Order: sequence, then C-alpha cells, then structure tokens
Amino acid sequence: MQVASIHFKRRAASALADERLQGNLKRFGSGFADKRAAARSAFGVAAFEELRAASATIRDRPLEHLDAWLLRFEEEATRRGTTVLWAETAEQACRHVLDICARHGLKKAIKSKSMLSEEAGLNEVLAAAGVQPVETDLGEYILQLADEPPSHIIAPAIHKDLAQVSELFEKHHAKPRTDDIARLTREARETLRPHFLSADLGISGGNFLVAETGSVAIVTNEGNGRMVTTLPRVHIAITGIEKVIPTLEDLSTLNRILPRSATGQDIENYFSILTGPRNAGDADGPEHMYVVLVDNGRTRLVGSELKEMLRCIRCGACMNHCPVFQTVGGHAYGWVYPGPMGSVLTPVYNGLENALDLPQAATLCGACEVACPVMIPLPGLLRKLREQQFEQELRPWSERAALRLWGALALRPRLYRLVTRWAARILSWKGGKRGSIARLPFDPGWTKGRDFPAPEGRTFRELYAEYQRASNWRRP
Amino acid sequence: MRVGLLVTCLVDLVRPRIGIAALKLLEEAGCEVFVPETQTCCGQPGWNSGDRSSARRLAQKLIEEFEACDYLVAPSGSCAGMVKLHFAELFPDEGAWLERAERLARKTHELTDFLVNIAAIARVPGEYSGTVTYHDSCSGLRELGVKHQPRALLSKMAGVQVKEMKDAETCCGFGGTFSVKFGEISAAMAQAKCDRVRESGAGAVVLGDLGCILNIEGRLRRIGDDQTMVLHIAELLTWER
Repeated sequence: MQVASIHFKRRAASALADERLQGNLKRFGSGFADKRAAARSAFGVAAFEELRAASATIRDRPLEHLDAWLLRFEEEATRRGTTVLWAETAEQACRHVLDICARHGLKKAIKSKSMLSEEAGLNEVLAAAGVQPVETDLGEYILQLADEPPSHIIAPAIHKDLAQVSELFEKHHAKPRTDDIARLTREARETLRPHFLSADLGISGGNFLVAETGSVAIVTNEGNGRMVTTLPRVHIAITGIEKVIPTLEDLSTLNRILPRSATGQDIENYFSILTGPRNAGDADGPEHMYVVLVDNGRTRLVGSELKEMLRCIRCGACMNHCPVFQTVGGHAYGWVYPGPMGSVLTPVYNGLENALDLPQAATLCGACEVACPVMIPLPGLLRKLREQQFEQELRPWSERAALRLWGALALRPRLYRLVTRWAARILSWKGGKRGSIARLPFDPGWTKGRDFPAPEGRTFRELYAEYQRASNWRRP
Repeated sequence: MRVGLLVTCLVDLVRPRIGIAALKLLEEAGCEVFVPETQTCCGQPGWNSGDRSSARRLAQKLIEEFEACDYLVAPSGSCAGMVKLHFAELFPDEGAWLERAERLARKTHELTDFLVNIAAIARVPGEYSGTVTYHDSCSGLRELGVKHQPRALLSKMAGVQVKEMKDAETCCGFGGTFSVKFGEISAAMAQAKCDRVRESGAGAVVLGDLGCILNIEGRLRRIGDDQTMVLHIAELLTWER
C-alpha cells in the first residue's frame, strides 16, 4: 500500500472538514472503549491488570530469541505438512503467493482479514496476475466494493455509515436498496457464498503462530475465517514474524486478553487453531497449507529502543482509546496502521522521513498505554521517535530554533525574569477588557481555533515579592 | 516540613494567582514554603519534542534548586510527572545525577496529592458556592494517580456541588507543543471537551493543569461562551467570596 503519511496534516484537515465522517466518528465514539471497560470489570480489575502483565511477559519471551522460536515453528509446522516460506519484504511475500498460485493453478482467492495483506498490497498484485481476490470479512468486503483502504485494524469500515453501505450494495448487488441491517448482511452472505464454494485459494492472516505445534491461530467473529482456511484446496496464512509464541498455554493466556481488549468480548465467536493440511481420513481442510513469514521492517525493531512495539497483538485498543484517532479517523494516518501503534510502526517500516508528523501527532495523554493489553509504552516510544527526528534534524528549523531559544532562556533566570515580565505585560494588554486574545503575534497555530486567555499582567515572581512583603508586615 | 514550590513557567507567566493560591494552601497545611527564585521551566517542551539535551540541562538546574527541600510540590500534574517519572530517564548512564534525580522524584508530588496524602490538610481556606465539574488532566491522572484527591478537597467546601461530566478522563487536546503543531486537531478536541463541560450543567470546570485551562478556556471564549469559568483547583480551594 502506498504510504501517504507525509500528508497527515492535510488529510487530517480534510477529515475535520468532512461532516459526514465526523458524524460517523462521533457515533463510533467510545463504543469499543466502553465495552473493554465493562469486560475488564467483569473479569476483575486486579486480575485483568495481572493478565496484562503476564501477557507482556509472554510476548517478550519469544521476542528475545525470535530466530530460535521461528525456526522451532518452522520445524514443527513442516513436520505436520505445512510449507513455511520466508519473506524479507512485502514484495517477496507477494511473489511467494503468486508462485503458489502458479504451482497449483489457482484462479480465485477468498480472503479473511489480514493487515499484512494490506501492508503488502496483495489484492492488487493478485488481480494483476489474474487471480481474483474476494474479501469475505464484512467490513473488508464493503471496502473492496468502495475501493478504499481500512481505517481501523479490527473495524475496517468504521468510517462508513449505514446509508453509505446501502448505496454501495445497491450499486454492486443489483438489488433494491434497503437500510435494514439484517437484510444487508444477508445480501452480503448470498453474494459471498458462491465465492466461498468456488474459490480454490484461501488467504488468511494469523493472530498467533504457536511454535510448539507449528499452528496458526486465528480469531474472527463472522466465521468467514474458518471457511477461508478450510474450504479451498490451498490455504496460505501470511503473517508477520513477530506473531510467534512458544506454547498453546501462552495462546490460552493471550486469548483471554485479546478479545476483551479489542471488542470487550470474553471470547471471539470463532477461534481456530490450524495445524497442517487435511490428513488422510479428515472430513475437511485444505490439501495444501502454506505459512508465509514476513519481516518487512520488523527485524529493525528487534533489540532496538523501540523493541516493545513487537509485542503488539493488533487488538486496536490503542486507537479505540486515542482522542486524536477519534477526532481525525484512521485514513488521516496515511498507511495501513493508524492511531498510536501506527504512529510507531509507520515511520519504522517506511522511514522516519516519510511519516514526519506521526510521532508528533499525539498529546501523549497516555490513554493508549493504560489500555494496551501487552503494556507497550506507546507514549514513550513516540517520544523516542521524536528524539530520533530531532537528532536527524528532520523537524523544521523554526521548531528546533524555538526549542533552543526556550532552553537557553530558561537556563538564564535573570534574562528569563526580564523577558517574562515584558511578555506578561504585552499579552495582558493585548487581551483587552475581555482578557482573551483572538490573534497571537508569531502564532504557529493556537489562535486559529481558540482564543488565548490573556496573562494577568504580572508574573508570579512579582506577586510573590509583594506577598512576602505583606506576610513580613503581618508577622513582624 | 520544608516544601519547595515549583510554580511552573506557565503559571509564572500567564496565571500567577494559581501559584499564590498553591502557596496559601501549603501554608494552611502547616508547611514552610520555599520558592527558589531562579526556577524557570522543568524541561518538558524539550523532553516531549525530542530535544533531550536541553531537557537534561534544565533538569539539572531544577534538581539543584529543589533537592534541599523535604518535598517538591507543583500545581501541575504534567510538571510534577516530569520530575517524578521522567527526570531519571534523562540520566540513564550518569550514576550521580541519576541518584539525585531519583531522590528528588521520591519527594515530588502534585499539589492535591500532597495536600491529601502527605500534609493531610484538615480544612481548606476558600469559600465558594456553586456547581463545578472536574476535568482529570492526563499526566496527573495516568502518570501520578490523581483522581480522588481533588474531589476529596472539593468535598471539604460546603458550598461546592460537583456535577461529574461524561468523559472526564479524556484528553482536552492540549498536549504541550501539540496544541500549536496541530492547532486544528487540538481545537477540535477542545471543542469535544467543552461540549462535555457544558452538558454537565456546571458553572465552572475545575482542573489541575494550566495548559488544559488555556486550551479549554480559549475554546469556550472563541465560541462565545464567556460564562463558564475555567479554574485551577488551587484557585477554587482559596476562593474568596
């Protein structure tokens, strides 16, 4: 997928001006966050916090020795008949998939949701090679009709409202328009069913890779994932290398925290552990199973100052709790991963210089960090990226100059006192009777949408000197 | 109990009465208050913008100014959080400075947290009658656990009625330099906060960080709301009728 993150500001501005999108974002609002909060209290707050800590530890363990655990996964998966392929880049991952298509003569791919597939732009590559990709997750299906990328990693079409979906279905399904959700989903089901039955390839992502059994674990709510991975004669799971975990025991712990953090569910509707292709005598399952393990920038995080980011289990809790994401929506971020996790991943995967605004586009309010099921210190990681930007002189010179100037001034108390005295007086005068400044001198961006409350006119130092004199007079 | 008051640069420049109010509250709680004359800024702008070296120098300056006190108290969750949590991160490989930073961190408190949990203030001097709603500023809430402390203090004021707003813990959109780098987004977030404040029906929104005050008040005034007051908790607790 093209990286448009460099245009974050412009994209955010158009998102703010888009009334319909704003309405949709407000309706989405704190829905997922409220559901997570309810699930957390039902689980028991203290127990839930213990579960978070345990989950972070479980994720860290394989990440410390990623190479060894991936080899273990490969060995166990291969033993059970799965073919494991390695891809250093997204292009290589696509190439593997095309090779498999050619080898087995595959013509139609049904897909369950995979963010890595978005990362690699797999649908375009498949279509260009004459393999028809069909998204079967309802949200992804809607977006495929609309020819749009997802705006959220677990609720990809969250930026659309019912009427927009009705319009799309009317146009593409050649059926009378309806606003009845049950009828719309039935329409989608009826349209997708023949695809499920006629496809020869199923492509899924993978929520976890279990090393001890060589299994791919997938969670979905619509059941499409199970059909994608079992009906067609070939199944390809395409996943990031960081998804490996050592044991099924680890999986059971992580599968307690994942659905609760994502949608507030105790467990997803469908939870599949896929271990190898169909065996002789099995009633169903694919004839061939492949796992494509993709790096695409992930090894840059291993052992780095941002290594905690690799723990991410793609639940979406950070964006569900992010007030900036809630205000501008996912498309503003300009690539596959939006919100706080995306603001770390996008610059790491695509280059700091290609996503200049993303590490800055956060108030560091900390809501993501306290919601993260694997305790990724997201504000701290964003701050580290800001340091990298500052060191590499990737921020505008005016910003660096302003910071230097402020630093120099604050280190010189006498000069500081003089400057602040004058600033307080001038700004107070500018505030007028109402005590509110509508236009600041040299304003980089405050007063476009807000007044600036005028200073009182004297600094604390001055008031304090007066206060001390009065106190001394009261207490001789 | 010798308490160093970290006034904060914003309070010094924009709303110094908050500093005086903090001073009065600490004195009411029986503290001997020390106000280092050379104090300026805790280094947050540099720290949050990636300018580690300027943050580090300002941290050293602040440590020198305050380390002789029994406690450091700031009428700001974000400045107190800077000293308490982030100063140590500025000296990862400097044993002596790291130790001094950690020692100061242990003595550092946000104002309401100090008044309730350390000084155990018996009464608050202010008198105010009216309804207020409380906005939980991010750093105080999530870095320092400031939640019940301001409410406990408000409950000591007979005339104050607290009407909690929806999403009281959601960021107002200030975020330090974020507020100017992304002015439009910041103002839109402030608008959402103003909507919640106004829905609560309270006559004043009270909070513990001046940055958020400037953001919320600035947006209220811009949309023509000159009625809703935006007050620092220290101002309210020392309010004179």
